Amino acid sequence: MSKIGAAFANGKAFIAFVTCGDPDLETTAACVRAAVDNGADLIELGIPFSDPTAEGPVIQGANLRALTGGVTTDKIFDMVRKLRQDIQTPMVFMTYTNVIFSYGAERFLSTCREIEMDGLILPDLPYEEKGEFLDSCHSYGVDLISLIAPTSQNRIAMIAKEAEGFIYVVSSLGVTGTRSEIKTDLTSIVEVIRQNTEIPCAIGFGISTPEQARKMAGLSDGAIVGSAIVKIIEKYGREAAPYVGAYVREMKEAVKSCL
Amino acid sequence: MANNNGRFGIHGGQYIPETLMNAVIELEEAYNRFKDDPDFNRELTALYNDYAGRPSRLYYAKKMTEDLGGAKIYLKREDLNHTGAHKINNVLGQALLAKKMGKTRLIAETGAGQHGVASATAAALMGMECVVFMGEEDTVRQALNVYRMRLLGAEVVPVKTGTATLKDAVSEAMREWTSRIADTHYCLGSVMGPHPFPTIVRDFQAVISREIKEQLLEKEGRLPDAVIACVGGGSNAIGSFYHFIEDENVRLIGCEAAGRGIDTFETAATVNTGRVGIFHGMKSYFCQDEYGQIAPVYSISAGLDYPGIGPEHAHLHDIGRAEYVPVTDDEAVEAFEYLAKTEGIIPAIESAHAVAYARKIAPVMEKDRIIVITISGRGDKDCAAIARYRGEDIHE
Repeated sequence: MSKIGAAFANGKAFIAFVTCGDPDLETTAACVRAAVDNGADLIELGIPFSDPTAEGPVIQGANLRALTGGVTTDKIFDMVRKLRQDIQTPMVFMTYTNVIFSYGAERFLSTCREIEMDGLILPDLPYEEKGEFLDSCHSYGVDLISLIAPTSQNRIAMIAKEAEGFIYVVSSLGVTGTRSEIKTDLTSIVEVIRQNTEIPCAIGFGISTPEQARKMAGLSDGAIVGSAIVKIIEKYGREAAPYVGAYVREMKEAVKSCL
Repeated sequence: MANNNGRFGIHGGQYIPETLMNAVIELEEAYNRFKDDPDFNRELTALYNDYAGRPSRLYYAKKMTEDLGGAKIYLKREDLNHTGAHKINNVLGQALLAKKMGKTRLIAETGAGQHGVASATAAALMGMECVVFMGEEDTVRQALNVYRMRLLGAEVVPVKTGTATLKDAVSEAMREWTSRIADTHYCLGSVMGPHPFPTIVRDFQAVISREIKEQLLEKEGRLPDAVIACVGGGSNAIGSFYHFIEDENVRLIGCEAAGRGIDTFETAATVNTGRVGIFHGMKSYFCQDEYGQIAPVYSISAGLDYPGIGPEHAHLHDIGRAEYVPVTDDEAVEAFEYLAKTEGIIPAIESAHAVAYARKIAPVMEKDRIIVITISGRGDKDCAAIARYRGEDIHE
């Protein structure tokens, strides 16, 4: 079992996403600590990209603020290095393929191992193209996380069989962002996943309320929340950490209650 | 190793969200089913000929030839197509394909507005809904085309994100497609994006080089020495090059928008200033910074104002089969005015980049040499912007 498995070892997982460098890396580090202290089981660190085609307006805005503030991949590595001095919680990077490709996959992933990043989520790298990065991921012990979407249908089994770390189930069509309602038949999707793999799966996209998180974690092994946290950071800026902490606590309680 | 889906050398591929994978697979299957289907091709040819006005003329530019005093110059007049540009070739093909697939709604991105107008036109003709994403800055630069699209019944969505130009319009169209797939076809306007788009768009645009070859053989009994076209994503260029790729003595020259110059940051010359990357579904050359952040490119031409280039062009560059040369705003504007005064033809500012380069090389070529320049579109849409560039404010 990879270290990511540990995030799911104590019941349903709550997974928190933040965009690194929004509005600065000190705030990001403080928000990560607040999330961990309040029960987040896995942290997704977004490395901003100039043109995030899978994101809705909220995370697009965070990417823009972070890049305008001058954050770079190397500065994010430095932040993680410091966080790892006392935080053991599993962490993964979420970014776009060009960020890795441009940095050099070997160089990027060897740094991931050095700073103890456990996985990598690339929303623009589907099953057909993952071979390009898989060897480097395996050489450095980084799980390349697979996504499964409402449109995956006949592809679910194929993707699940080769998945590692955990499976990111995309709850709805479209881009990231909060939604009032999630209509996809997630029960059937999770059922096919379970028939094909032992690794856990968590649902993300559109989740913002404790009620939604409880429901989604009930259908799977955990709930992933991004835009709702980014909105808090957008609202409170450099003072956001305690608000993120309070939100994560509430969400983790909700997720736990569906055991 | 990367997979072989739609690869041109190392370029191409399918770097898109999982949500869209079944949609592009379905598109590829439908295309493979219809591309050699006699009924489909009969219908498409009828649309090309009777609706779009093909074949487009290959015109001997006698005055320009004499003025430059070197190679003989022919103009491939894609500007004479219905809707005023080569874009209609691709759009009629894709709209017909989408219709056969049971789609009822087309979405499209547009830069200069020509692809948006062509998409709105095809949608009107075929009774489909149409939504066009256009960078907000471009809706200002190309206000006339915005009006044309709305007149044709399309909804135009101004895109405010990023640099509010073509790249952001592509991103927004992709986002829209992930949210509504079942009834919607993304009618991509250039030889870019994920497989199978670069192949489908190239095949529909290849009619340009097929005609050039036939027409020039008829007029001159030989092949050209050079074919010159402007390159943004590269659809009119690949269309102009395609049937000559096998003829190794024909120089293939793509003219990139250098903006204020390739030694400045205000440029969109991808091959000349970019490096290999992965963006908008494909591996190819992109203007980007050292961390892979896509650069905010610039050109006077909204249609060439894009930080990438189609993967087949990237490959033709890698193997040395085609040359990609930078042409600045100043050179393009001069060529725009030159062709108007010399031949009575107002080219699109995009196409003027190709005219500009021909003006450089024709004088130093022998008189028995032949150059074909593709005039990808007409320049009416650009008149107000060029007047502004020359310091004159006119009302459209």
